[in-house]
Amino acid sequence: MTLQLTLTILLNGLTLAALYFIVASGFSLIFGLMRTVNMAHGSLYMVGAYVGYAVFEPLYDQDVWYAWYVGLVAGMAVAAVLGVAMQKTVLGWMQGQELRQALVTIGISIIVADQLLANFGATSRQFFAPDAIFGASFVPGVGRYPTFRLFQIGVAIAVGIGLWLLLNRTKVGLMIRAGVDDRDILSACGVNVPVVNIVVFALGAALAGLGGVIGATAQPLAQGVDGRFLLISLVVVIVGGMGSITGTAIGAILVGLAEQVGQALFPTYSVILTFVIMVVVLALRPQGIMGRAR
Amino acid sequence: MTIRVSRRRALQGAGALAVAAATLKAPAIAQNAPIRIGSVATLEGPFATGGQDAYRAMEMLFQAENMTIGGRRIEWIRESSNAQADVALARARKLIEQDNVDFIIGPLSGAEGIALKDYSATLNGKTIINGGSGAADTTLRNPSRNFFRFNTDGTQWMAGLGTYVRRTLNVSEVTVVAGDYAFPYAQVFGFSLEFCRLGGKANYLWAPLGTTDFASQIAQIPRSSGALVVVHGGTDGLAFMTQYAQAGGSLPLIGGSIMADATMMSARGPHRRLMVGMVSGGPVADVIDDPQWNDFVARYKRMPGAFPSPSIHAVNFATNTMAAILALKQVNGDLSGGQAAFQRALQGLKFKAPTGAEVSLDHNRHAISDVFLNRIEERNGQPTTVAFQRATQINQTLGVPEAQFLALGAPSRNNPGCVAAS
Repeated sequence: MTLQLTLTILLNGLTLAALYFIVASGFSLIFGLMRTVNMAHGSLYMVGAYVGYAVFEPLYDQDVWYAWYVGLVAGMAVAAVLGVAMQKTVLGWMQGQELRQALVTIGISIIVADQLLANFGATSRQFFAPDAIFGASFVPGVGRYPTFRLFQIGVAIAVGIGLWLLLNRTKVGLMIRAGVDDRDILSACGVNVPVVNIVVFALGAALAGLGGVIGATAQPLAQGVDGRFLLISLVVVIVGGMGSITGTAIGAILVGLAEQVGQALFPTYSVILTFVIMVVVLALRPQGIMGRAR
Repeated sequence: MTIRVSRRRALQGAGALAVAAATLKAPAIAQNAPIRIGSVATLEGPFATGGQDAYRAMEMLFQAENMTIGGRRIEWIRESSNAQADVALARARKLIEQDNVDFIIGPLSGAEGIALKDYSATLNGKTIINGGSGAADTTLRNPSRNFFRFNTDGTQWMAGLGTYVRRTLNVSEVTVVAGDYAFPYAQVFGFSLEFCRLGGKANYLWAPLGTTDFASQIAQIPRSSGALVVVHGGTDGLAFMTQYAQAGGSLPLIGGSIMADATMMSARGPHRRLMVGMVSGGPVADVIDDPQWNDFVARYKRMPGAFPSPSIHAVNFATNTMAAILALKQVNGDLSGGQAAFQRALQGLKFKAPTGAEVSLDHNRHAISDVFLNRIEERNGQPTTVAFQRATQINQTLGVPEAQFLALGAPSRNNPGCVAAS
């Protein structure tokens, strides 16, 4: 294997990891910080992508340059609204009952998937990236490389830094972190905890929607991606450690690299590699690489 | 554990349910009828579009019979799988054991077909007629007396393509990118058999079904390749082609039979630009100069949600469904006596498939029929497959004597059929 090929494969792994990070960071926020087992996270991804596409397509046909960006914002907004609706109507009053939340959200994900199938059909769809980030750019050591994949890394870094600043440098972040440790005391301090939860859920769901539009630009959007991205998010968060942004980033990089390196070296068995990483991490460090022991 | 629900919460919930009931789409409910026909196609997973289209074609044919054959009403029970063998098998068992169907038409994908063939061998007085699956070994090795296939298989569909690439395009080395499961094995085998016999050299890159990011595989395509043979389908094919376009790929493209399909070409994306000019082999094309085909397409287009032209899956399911209807008519809807008369009628059928190709069965209950070489052309702003060559009455071993063909071994990722002429 030449050096150029090795570098290309590593870059492929990192750009894929960027997409996984964007989706999994929302999952980590909801699952890790709020202890809400949201098995409908993949559905939020898919709703964001499909609704974003429905907004994007007519604008694209009119050939306006901002079509993709409007689709992106619409996808995030709809996912956030759906997330808030879920938290407000069903998940909020079963806080702390993890099995019940898991079952309810699985039910929601089945209903959402069937509704999307009924409304959008089974035809695959794909966003076309705006001209500014389409085509190929020159990367030293690799040569021409798809610009959109580099853009993914940029978005992931922005999401990571933004979340870190939000959680560690703002009052809302302080409340979220306090809520993780002791909801009752936080409530007694005069903070409206249910509202904080709704803010977190909206943010996590919006990130799933963001991932949905970015993911549907890089890969085809079809029925079934909800399950795939839920599984990836679970693995990333379990490997990285719940509720840690750094951990999610590490988990995403491991999973993304494993997938691409595996595909290059032993394609038939590459699927297993991801789960081998999960097994090893769970065996040696059950709380995840950056997770706090409880 | 007790759940306390306040009255306000309950009212909110009831209101939400009422809104949901008014806006959600309800599933259809089947009617009762005496001939019970089950079917398995992929309404989930990578071939969801194809499965939907297959059922569209079946519905059209049953409707043309007024849902009645030999005075008996047809009750059609549709099941769905996701292109995985275990799922297809579970659904087929459900159809036979719980729904008590008389026979099954299906499945759609390669490995599923092998699983249902094995299952059919364990049944007594029941029949499975293939839907669209095209793995060679479903009928070639260890066939089942209860399994009939009226569509040609993936190996047959490549008849003539290897010769075309080696002789007409004068390409001496190709790279084959293919799905790592039974159907692409059959296709790659059919292509390699001809191509390598004429002195061609082939490199192979396999990827599991359901792969969405092919970037690292695209980076591995050797620079010495003169053409790229793509044997992916459904969303896998779409993902591969999109990413190949994004990576700036420019090799001449040769396609497997489910690449140049309505499923791929109805999707919008950067892959379309690359696909114009692609040559592929298969049992069907959008444009075939044949009155039977034009009539079938015209009827198909009247179905709700139809593509501009029926997909390969629709045509395969239609061919097999036509066979079932013809045989049922011959026995006047009589399925008694362990379906012996029905199975004899199936075996003896000779009819014209929707494409106008003559179909009959060999001793393994597998189709002998015509295969087309197609080129993608831009017509009315739409990429369209146009048949430019027809190979008539291709059998399952591509004209090689059966014993000799079997001695080559079963197609697999380690046995892609690339043997130089001896």
